[in-house]
Amino acid sequence: MRSDPNTRSPLTLKIAAAAGLLFMHLPILLIFVYAFTTEEKSYQWPPPGFTLRWLEVTWNRADVWQALWLSVRVAAVSTAGALVLGTLCAAAVSRSKFFGRESISLLVILPIALPGIITGIALRSAFNLADIPFSFWTIVLGHATFCIVVVYNNAVARFRRTSGNLIEASMDLGANGFQTLRYVLMPNIATALLAGGMLAFALSFDEVIVTTFTAGQQATLPIWMLEELVRPRQRPVTNVVAMVVVLVTFLPILAAYYLTKGGDNLAAREK
Amino acid sequence: MSTANAAILPPRSGPSGAASDAFWRHPTLLLFLLLTPPLLWLGIVYLGSLLALLAQSFFSIDHFTGRIDYSFTLDTYRELFTTPANIDIIVRTVLMAASVTIASAIIAFPIAYYAARYARGKWKALFYLGVMLPLWSSYLVKIYAWKLILAQEGILNWIFHKLHLYWLMDAYLSLPVIGGHSLSISYTGTFLVFVYIWLPYMILPLQASLERVPDNLLEASSDLGAKPSETFWNVIFPLALPGAIAGSIFTFSLTLGDYIVPGVIGSSRYFIGQVVYAQQGTAGNIPLAAAFTIVPMVIMGFYLWMAKRMGAFDAL
Amino acid sequence: MTSAVSFINVSRHYGEIRAVDGLDLEIREGEFFALLGPSGSGKTTSLRLIAGFERPTTGHIEIFGERAEGIPPYRRNVNTVFQDYALFPHLSVIDNVAYGLKMKGVSKNERRATAEEMLELVKLPGYGDRSPAKLSGGQRQRVALARALVNKPKVLLLDEPLGALDLKLREQMQEELKDLQKRLGITFVFVTHDQGEALSMADRIAVFDSGRIRQVGTPEDIYRKPRSRFVADFVGSSNVLPPEFTERVAGERCWSSLRPEAVRLVKSGGHEATLVSSSYLGSQYRCVFDVGGREINALIPAGAKLPAEGDEVRISWNKSDLHLMEDEA
Repeated sequence: MRSDPNTRSPLTLKIAAAAGLLFMHLPILLIFVYAFTTEEKSYQWPPPGFTLRWLEVTWNRADVWQALWLSVRVAAVSTAGALVLGTLCAAAVSRSKFFGRESISLLVILPIALPGIITGIALRSAFNLADIPFSFWTIVLGHATFCIVVVYNNAVARFRRTSGNLIEASMDLGANGFQTLRYVLMPNIATALLAGGMLAFALSFDEVIVTTFTAGQQATLPIWMLEELVRPRQRPVTNVVAMVVVLVTFLPILAAYYLTKGGDNLAAREK
Repeated sequence: MSTANAAILPPRSGPSGAASDAFWRHPTLLLFLLLTPPLLWLGIVYLGSLLALLAQSFFSIDHFTGRIDYSFTLDTYRELFTTPANIDIIVRTVLMAASVTIASAIIAFPIAYYAARYARGKWKALFYLGVMLPLWSSYLVKIYAWKLILAQEGILNWIFHKLHLYWLMDAYLSLPVIGGHSLSISYTGTFLVFVYIWLPYMILPLQASLERVPDNLLEASSDLGAKPSETFWNVIFPLALPGAIAGSIFTFSLTLGDYIVPGVIGSSRYFIGQVVYAQQGTAGNIPLAAAFTIVPMVIMGFYLWMAKRMGAFDAL
Repeated sequence: MTSAVSFINVSRHYGEIRAVDGLDLEIREGEFFALLGPSGSGKTTSLRLIAGFERPTTGHIEIFGERAEGIPPYRRNVNTVFQDYALFPHLSVIDNVAYGLKMKGVSKNERRATAEEMLELVKLPGYGDRSPAKLSGGQRQRVALARALVNKPKVLLLDEPLGALDLKLREQMQEELKDLQKRLGITFVFVTHDQGEALSMADRIAVFDSGRIRQVGTPEDIYRKPRSRFVADFVGSSNVLPPEFTERVAGERCWSSLRPEAVRLVKSGGHEATLVSSSYLGSQYRCVFDVGGREINALIPAGAKLPAEGDEVRISWNKSDLHLMEDEA
């Protein structure tokens, strides 16, 4: 088998790998089943019946819509901020060598490399010290900070693949800095930025640990879910919301995967 | 000589032409403009906050009034390390992080190994997405899924009943420490959820390091007379180790700082994250909460230092 | 004759490294000029200094008599064919070629027409709608050439333009480049590490070593009369002979060079030698002789009977063929 490792694999390995993948996916699939159960008081298995009623109930829930709307706004604004800051940073780091370049990469990665609770409590205590009341913007402040790294990683990877010669070629042919940016640089990094933006959006949309510290009384969708997890009150609605969240986050991930197929960095995610 | 034929062209009119020329003449100006916004943001918002947090850990709380005393003291740290309950919490969290890490590595290995060495073409993409989708899907939904699975009336117990194996579950639950009244309020439950949630973080670096093992190295090993198991322990394992350590940075660090998983699924005994959360929230003791966050930071700093010495960063 | 590009005491240092060190050079209008040297000798940096991608640490460059100090690349009427071609991957071939015109604000129809003409010039008519990724190496090179010529530059810079091509294509492109340069009358400055390429294509050559120019001259000058050991070593396969040897055979104490084809076998006179080895090359033999402990390479025309290896023979050369070199290095 060693002489031809690409075609045959030991059966035990196959089984172990398949079991591992099932372990990763079955729990998520379970969510889809529960969204259609008729049982409302417990997590009874197997579901006693099938119903679409909870989709409708959830649709008519103002608090869910409010939380969803807040999450979307936070994610959109944070992504926009992270796109600007992350791209600037990536451009600076990959265009030139300067003193302290390594520390900048570290600084960008730090908010996501340290456990989220540290970022969260640090922001909260800073808000406290500076007497900043919780608002939409305090959430965004936190989210944009840890979203920068996702955009940054994607942009840096693409800048690295875009040969510096292209920029020189453009300038050589008579394009000034802004024309080069518009006609050469942007078209070449656009998909990477789009992918980075989608991942940032997904990251922000799903974030709960930092948000609990920066949201005050506001409820983003994850915070709404967290409350349901700790004190379940409306299980059927939670089931439906969970399913929607899975679907909503899958789409940008799939899109980002196809946009960066050439080997950019989708794997750079931490809590 | 007409301008069209000049060797040096005149500057483009308008502010963009002038700005472009200026950036070319002074590249540091451009660099400065690029770096200022992100550095201001990260420097003020993030590093500022971290420093504020660090500063808070050197304040203390007046236990009678509940007010924070803003003068430098090491009392909070003294309180942290002399209270046996706090030591218990730290030990419990570190043990949990360690066992989650080891279990993740064991489960991740076959997946990473198969994906790196056997999966080709379509299957490779499938494996990649198969790891990537759980990695990116909602953290809370993943926890919620386990709440469904582990519930008394949930699918796991149902399976055990159907297979007439419930005595096995009972026997397991009656074990000390890892057992409990039911899985969803035992350490085992917490452990399972942690492993589930952080598993992709172990697979990816492991796979990356396995992919760097050239095929002919394995052929060379078997050519030299090594049995498959010997090839594994002597060739594959040492080469995969940096990847496993890189992955363990995530599994370990993420477990250390998490406060939601043990709160939702687990016994009521605290982990570091929960204490921090409770101290800063209901108890209002921000200095103690701040001091507590220093613990995972120091542990991770030490861990990263070790990992770096073992060459794990090349596998990231 | 006007000079197209002048380097006036130009240096480019990166910290301690002197990539280009005190360069003075005049490239004349309409010349096909080669910058020849081993890698790291400063030839590419010099080219990039002309294009404006690098700035001199000291000194300055003039292009057609105008100082280029502080002038960004996009304001220099100079275009470059890059070593890896640097074609824009997101643009079609025709858009690549028309890029320079677009930046100048030429209307869409006009620039399409001009770009088509350029593609014809480089023998790629009708390739406009393809993507650069779908072209062969040779075709890409032609597109890069068309793209650089579309702006009608005063000077065309070529950075190892043939480096990535295989031998046959390379010889063909050498001819075409020469032909193109003659037709357009544009000054070509090209960088190469291949001495054969430089000798066969250039009107004049500058030989670079460690950031300095060792010699400037016509190919014949450089080949027959190398000024220094480095040039003799790098260009061609001359025998480079140390001062002691030169003194013995020519009476002057200096380094000298002797081309292998200048060496001949003689019956009498000349110098005693031993044939160390020989190999048959078709029209001639490549022989190595030992002359008083010194090995000398020679090319002996085939036809005459060659002595056996180890035989004692006599070899000679015309006095004028032993070139005495001025410089030590």
